[in-house]
Amino acid sequence: MQQGSLDTFPRLLLDQAQIRPGRPAFREKDLGIWQTWTWARVADEVRSLACGLAAQGFRRGDRLAIVGDNRPRLYWSMMAAQALGGVPVPLYQDAVAAEMAFVVQDAEIEFAVAEDQEQVDKLLEIEAQWPRLKRIYFDDPRGLRHYAQAQLTSIDSLQAIGRDFAGRDAGFFLGEIEKGRPSDVAAILYTSGTTGNPKGVSQTHAAMIHTARVLAAFDGIGQGDDLLCYLPMAWVGDFLYSYAQVHVAGFCLNCPESPDTVMNDLREIGPTYFFAPPRIYENILTQVMIRIEDAGWVKRRMFHYFMAVAKRAGMKMLEHKPGVPPKDRLLYRLGELLVYGPLKNVLGLSRIRVAYTGGEAIGPDLFDFYRSAGINLKQLYGMTETCVTVCMQPSGEVKLDTVGRPMPGVEVRIADSGEVLVRSPGMMKEYHRRPEATREAIDAEGFFHTGDAGYFDPDGHLKIIDRAKDVGRLADGTLFAPKYLENKLKFFPYIREAVCFGHGREKACALVNIDMAAIGNWAERRNLPYSGYTDLASQPAVRELIRECVEEVNRGLAGDPALGNSQIHRFIILHKELDADDGELTRTRKVRRRHIGEKYATLVDALYSGKASCFIETQMRFEDGRTGTVSADLKVAEAKTFSVAAAKKAA
Amino acid sequence: MTTGRTIGAPILEVDGVSLSFGGVVALQAVSFDVKEQEIRAIIGPNGAGKSSMLNVINGVYHPQQGTVAFRGRKRRDVDPHEAAERGIARTFQNIALFRGMTVLDNLMTGRNLKMKCNLLQQAIYWGRAQREELEHRAKVEEIIDFLEIQQIRKTPVGRLPYGLQKRVELGRALAAEPELLLLDEPMAGMNVEEKQDMCRFVLDVNDQLGTTIVLIEHDMSVVMDISDRVVVLDYGRKIGDGTPDEVRANQAVIDAYLGVSH
Repeated sequence: MQQGSLDTFPRLLLDQAQIRPGRPAFREKDLGIWQTWTWARVADEVRSLACGLAAQGFRRGDRLAIVGDNRPRLYWSMMAAQALGGVPVPLYQDAVAAEMAFVVQDAEIEFAVAEDQEQVDKLLEIEAQWPRLKRIYFDDPRGLRHYAQAQLTSIDSLQAIGRDFAGRDAGFFLGEIEKGRPSDVAAILYTSGTTGNPKGVSQTHAAMIHTARVLAAFDGIGQGDDLLCYLPMAWVGDFLYSYAQVHVAGFCLNCPESPDTVMNDLREIGPTYFFAPPRIYENILTQVMIRIEDAGWVKRRMFHYFMAVAKRAGMKMLEHKPGVPPKDRLLYRLGELLVYGPLKNVLGLSRIRVAYTGGEAIGPDLFDFYRSAGINLKQLYGMTETCVTVCMQPSGEVKLDTVGRPMPGVEVRIADSGEVLVRSPGMMKEYHRRPEATREAIDAEGFFHTGDAGYFDPDGHLKIIDRAKDVGRLADGTLFAPKYLENKLKFFPYIREAVCFGHGREKACALVNIDMAAIGNWAERRNLPYSGYTDLASQPAVRELIRECVEEVNRGLAGDPALGNSQIHRFIILHKELDADDGELTRTRKVRRRHIGEKYATLVDALYSGKASCFIETQMRFEDGRTGTVSADLKVAEAKTFSVAAAKKAA
Repeated sequence: MTTGRTIGAPILEVDGVSLSFGGVVALQAVSFDVKEQEIRAIIGPNGAGKSSMLNVINGVYHPQQGTVAFRGRKRRDVDPHEAAERGIARTFQNIALFRGMTVLDNLMTGRNLKMKCNLLQQAIYWGRAQREELEHRAKVEEIIDFLEIQQIRKTPVGRLPYGLQKRVELGRALAAEPELLLLDEPMAGMNVEEKQDMCRFVLDVNDQLGTTIVLIEHDMSVVMDISDRVVVLDYGRKIGDGTPDEVRANQAVIDAYLGVSH
């Protein structure tokens, strides 16, 4: 077998196929049954894909676009491209053709693998402007029977061509893998870009594999682990935690049947390692709370009683800390039997050894809920340019409002401006075809400028405040950290999204999106009829509810001398949900504050000019790309503010 | 995008069918044909006799006069289960699913036609009965995949929103692997998005499974968009028959819909 070291993904794949050929590597639910592929079988499939691509003209250094939901064959296509010394470029599956067109042209894509008809249609649309896209391979043939385009081929056919090719040139596959170098680019991952065009982050095999090894060691990931692949393949997190880690640790990747069945598949698989942005943990908790409210009296009482026990004792017990009285210990164990255990089982979280969250701040209630129920939820911090991994919380040192300690091998420095700088082996090679941007991002000493503002707490944990350029000041000099305020608002289940304004202004104001599910449930309980999102969002009772939430946040802010003056004075509830398709959020659901400020300028004016209501007409884009307008007359609401605790003079 | 289907010779011929319930005349000497692989719409104002026509084709009602010939076999008095065995399946306007059963079980009942084992064999569930069950389950899973209802596979039908129930109803009809599919107002009560989804599935059934479709529909845009030919009924009589464009320009049809007294 291989004499060289295991320093590229293809070599790792062959190694896994050799040391554990019979162990499950991939699973996918098809026709209601979980189908399993072993490592040996996967290596075989990758070989036929790679040979097929080579036979069709794919050369070393070429880039292969991958677009679709998480499917084993799409992952294998990435492996096949890397085996030939090529570079996979995964795209976001819910991007519209125009967004994909940018990436396809920037990365100069000539070969693409698409999951189904929807993605094929978008690629064909792009091909009209980018004729260099000469080959499109598809996985699911449904709806494509009558497509006559010459460049369309099914993956099945591609593999048949590949097997034929391999039959005639037996040493080709291994030969190509031999030529791979760890300094080769392993993937180009486009950042979602809150401002401007997305940038393609080129990561090498060395950087990715090193990081994956560090991660696997950090949490003890091994061959018995199971992971559910449901986060977009275009996102660095999936590439690292699923794709890279599986090469290094040899566990099993499970692909859900469809995006709609993820919650169900989660329950069936019971993964041992789970990553989700706070939003998903929030959704799960909201679902649980809604269903508990619908349950019978006995169950409700039991749930609330034992959750109170968990709040007292759970987190300490999870971290094996002392100070839990024996009575509480007993009650907690009883609670595990009656409440936490069954709850985790229903959610599919029974086997979780480690659960991570990151990308945004997580609410205290949320964090407490999961940890006290016995789920080892931890936070981490990182970005595409650093292979995610900058800081992670070690088990046993988990705190609510930090993102953890720098990982082994990662140096974190805070610049004078407060910006977080990072230097690590997981650093990107460059932004693809953007030398200027690369030079701006990585300074002469090799430190990457993250663009986040943060500081270290006395325990050596990093705390992130906000994006450095968004941290501003009110007219009176008070620190204004919009994300901090927005997160506090979003901790309430009723508020789905919030956008705060205030830089250079006298006071802070906010635009708010309500959470349809939570408020719908709340409204039903009070016999308030509503006909849809816009209707619900405009009801006075709902406005009152949101006002209470805002005032709660203000109360909290009043206790902090530094931020006390950035309490939220006025707010407007938006008539439509902020959406990535309308450019208001990024594809990873982060708020594009500047763009929203421009698009809803009339509302922002109304907030600051003291108007009581404001008419607005907004453009929205439907999923098929057509545009339409939604208009509404929105009321501006006032929120009570509280006097700030006496400010202490800074030393 | 070109479709691969070819509209062939007539497989269903309705000839001079008259149906009355006592003194109430539902259909009067209605004749039309349905060609293989086409989508035929039956339209008309309320009370025109459209559902009755479907029921006659299906064997639920027996006409007093006239015959229905399916694949050359003429018959007047046929039972619904015989019609089903010959390859005609249907959906119902008001949904006739078993509300307490899951989607999967409802679709499996649609396979009843194809089940060859008797009650005793199925009760013991060994050997042949088990193999059959697996085959049926595989076929039903394909339909679930086709109609994109994986996420509600185990949900009791009674808990589903109306649009999804209609889709499950369609699935159950497909489970019988019909050659001719009768759809009774498949889009009734749906909003625009649901209608578009249902249209897509109806077109997919016609295109991918090669099934001939007869559908009753009130939404004119749907009818004009997806049907190949249209039959117009009014007060039990046929007043129009042709392509959507021909029918749209037919004065008698316009009068019937606009309510000119006649």
